[in-house]
Amino acid sequence: MTDLIAARSQMAISLGFHIIFAAIGIAMPLMMTIAEWRWLRTGDNIYLTLAKRWAKGTAILFAVGAMSGTVLSFELGLLWPSFMNWAGPLIGPLFALEGFAFFTEAIFLGLYLYGWTHLRPRVHLATGMIVALSGVASAIAVVIANAWMNSPTGFELVDGRPTQIDPIAAMHNPHAADETIHMVLAAFAATGFVVAGIHAYLLLRDRANVFHRRALEIALVVGGVTAMLQPLSGDVLARTVAHHQPAKLAAFEALFRTQEGAPFLIGGLPDADRQEVRYGIEIPYVLSLLLYHDPHATVAGLDAIPRENWPPVAIVHVAFQLMVASGFIMAGLAVWAGWRWWRGQGLQHETALLRALVLATPLGFLAIESGWVVTEVGRQPWIIYGVMRTSDAVTPMPGLWVPMITFTLLYGVLGLVVVWLLKRHIAASAVGASTK
Amino acid sequence: MSLELILAGIILISLTFYVLLGGADYGAGVWSLFATGPRALAQREAVAKAIGPIWEANHVWLILVVTVLFTAFPKAFALLSTRLHIPLSLMLIGIVLRGSAFAFRTHDVVPRSEREAGAQKVWERVFAVSSVFTPIMLGTTIGAAASGRLGGQADTFVDMFVRPWANPFCLAVGLLALTLFAFLASVYLLLETRDDGLREDFRKRALWGGAVAALMAGAVFLLSKNGAPYVQYNLAYTTWGRLTVALVGLSALAGFVSLWQRRYRSAFVSTIGEVTFILWGWALAQYPYLVIPGATIMDAAPTPTLELVLATLLIGALVLFPSLYYLYRVFKGSIILRALE
Ligand code: HDD
Ligand code: HEM
Ligand code: HEM
Repeated sequence: MTDLIAARSQMAISLGFHIIFAAIGIAMPLMMTIAEWRWLRTGDNIYLTLAKRWAKGTAILFAVGAMSGTVLSFELGLLWPSFMNWAGPLIGPLFALEGFAFFTEAIFLGLYLYGWTHLRPRVHLATGMIVALSGVASAIAVVIANAWMNSPTGFELVDGRPTQIDPIAAMHNPHAADETIHMVLAAFAATGFVVAGIHAYLLLRDRANVFHRRALEIALVVGGVTAMLQPLSGDVLARTVAHHQPAKLAAFEALFRTQEGAPFLIGGLPDADRQEVRYGIEIPYVLSLLLYHDPHATVAGLDAIPRENWPPVAIVHVAFQLMVASGFIMAGLAVWAGWRWWRGQGLQHETALLRALVLATPLGFLAIESGWVVTEVGRQPWIIYGVMRTSDAVTPMPGLWVPMITFTLLYGVLGLVVVWLLKRHIAASAVGASTK
Repeated sequence: MSLELILAGIILISLTFYVLLGGADYGAGVWSLFATGPRALAQREAVAKAIGPIWEANHVWLILVVTVLFTAFPKAFALLSTRLHIPLSLMLIGIVLRGSAFAFRTHDVVPRSEREAGAQKVWERVFAVSSVFTPIMLGTTIGAAASGRLGGQADTFVDMFVRPWANPFCLAVGLLALTLFAFLASVYLLLETRDDGLREDFRKRALWGGAVAALMAGAVFLLSKNGAPYVQYNLAYTTWGRLTVALVGLSALAGFVSLWQRRYRSAFVSTIGEVTFILWGWALAQYPYLVIPGATIMDAAPTPTLELVLATLLIGALVLFPSLYYLYRVFKGSIILRALE
């Protein structure tokens, strides 16, 4: 294994691990505060129990998220010192902003988790809302930094060095708005679907359980609304990619040849050496239509890009397919659930819907992980698109497979422990929450 | 004052907060490991209760240090993270284990079987051991920044990535960090507890901790002759250097006497003073270097970046300090009042 591959793998594993906890850290506080607000409004104690149960599980996930995030902020330097030396002055202020978002998040989380008896109910609810807001703020800041890696702005290149540094202009990069919206929606959708899946499962076993019914409703509102918006947001984002990163877009669709009236590819296994796709279904004109709202528009293919600047086509294409498929299934489920809620006798009677929700439990996180593979692998071979190559950014430290394996094992063990702990949380809540 | 100097000062202030607050959380974990005697269980519970609501907030000071460092002084950050890859990675492993294990033991559901209760003991152990290990690695990296070995190129792997930190001076700084954190924690803990027996336990620990920390500080000073000559020279041969050393000595002595006489408020103040003087003495002694000899505070980001970070920090501080104050008032109100009485 080369050091470059080891460094990239370590980065991918650390980020792929962190994002799970980060997404939950963004969305759970909102769901907790909705439950608590319902309790204050209706006086129904089930909502209070729900808020407390959710808070207890979230506390564990939060800590793991904060610790793995700390690792990341060091890893940017440990693995990519030249990148940070170059980009620090441009995107660093975003991380400093993020630091303050973390402060408010951690401070008010402490107040929220330990303050049930110390604070008045309304004040307690307010601390929860601040946690929810600062989670979103930190996500926005860090994703803008990533958006800058996709479409770098705010400097002039002179002999390969940045001059005329303008960190505010770096924040106003073309990817910033679309990417942050997509990520924030993703966090709510993915977490909402996991929680909905868990409570749907428990509801199937105990239909009269009001606790799980309330939990399912809140999770479906949060996850469902965002899941319906996600394909729209993804469509906007794809057009930004087409404009600023044509190589990445061509890899999404495994479009080897520049063409008019380009087709949309469903499924398929691209072979970059032979420049062909096997087992795919092409729907003519649809890609041109989606990207440029004109069925005959020309879409640049990989042939417009020098071979050494191609990203790994197969990985990007397959990951993109996984994300989009998950996205459409989730949006479909959200519509179905909304309709049955409006028309039916209560979701606890909708056996088919509940079963489908159980099956869909992991889809949101599958989409998040594959979406990030699309973004990050699709940016290769660049660490800063069109400006700095990943291979030029890696640390000179040899033997990088050692930390890579170490952190992989560490995260593997932590992941298993977290799953075990949460299983017991859920088991306890299934037993403890009676029907009333 | 230049922007560079202001930002370096803010980094130092944040680091001081991290040591005084986050450091004490590690120190509390140390006392969890060394909980002994008839009140061992009560000691562990006091530790968990003391740090529970605040440790995640205290931890963010470290994040702030890192982010401001890589934004304002990217060269120093790149140098540190390249050459100190090994101790920094070890420190990160310690950070992850400490934080996760603490959350596991605190927020777990009530164990329902022997096996599950056994898991609780494992988390407690991991939390306590990593609370010892992590400060050593943190101190070691700070020692390496001061030692004068980080800069230029070296020929072999060992010279480049191992020797700069694996030496007696840096390891002694690591142990100094550990003992200082433990000392701080014991003083805070003794202010927090209302139980007389427990308070005596922590007083004893504070006396021992303070003594060992003072010895370690002396050892570090002696080792710095070879270990960090630039810093040693500034501390030993300049007026203000001698003054800082004297202040450290005086506050250590005052802390010891106050603990002996059970005057806890002045013990609290002197302990905080001692730790702060050590940190600031070190920082002044390596001025203008951030990393000796590879990066000074003049190797900073361009002015627009520095201005933006400074503005961010100032606005952030307006939100941060009232929030922090509120957090501490809710959970530590009685202690703060007692200390101020
Ligand atoms: C719940 C998660 C989720 C769902 C359902 C979707 N996505 Fe997504 N997508 C993400 C989660 C995500 C992500 C993981 O959050 C990414 C990675 C970077 C980012 O900002 O969002 C992403 C990236 C991403 C990108 C790449 C942006 C870049 O490279 O800069 C595109 C073009 C899309 N998405 C498009 C879509 C489309 C057309 C969807 C239609 C259903 C879709 N996404 C559903
Ligand atoms: C290079 C990338 C990243 C770095 C350096 C990073 C850094 C960090 C750090 C240092 C923390 C701990 C804060 C604390 O102590 O409270 C953290 C937590 C968090 N991060 Fe990240 N992060 C990265 C990627 C992301 C992404 C992509 C998102 C979201 C979309 C995200 C969202 C969050 C959130 C919401 C938290 C707090 C919630 C929690 O702890 O679970 N981060 N991150
Ligand atoms: C948390 C969600 C994220 C995930 C799951 C993720 C995933 C990945 C993956 C899979 C890679 C490896 C790509 C490859 O080498 O083929 C990677 C690389 C990298 N990512 Fe991300 N990423 C995330 C967010 C971010 C953010 C917010 C930033 C920065 C602000 C960032 C910065 C980097 C850097 C510096 C690299 C290494 C250089 C490179 O391979 O281009 N990532 N990430």
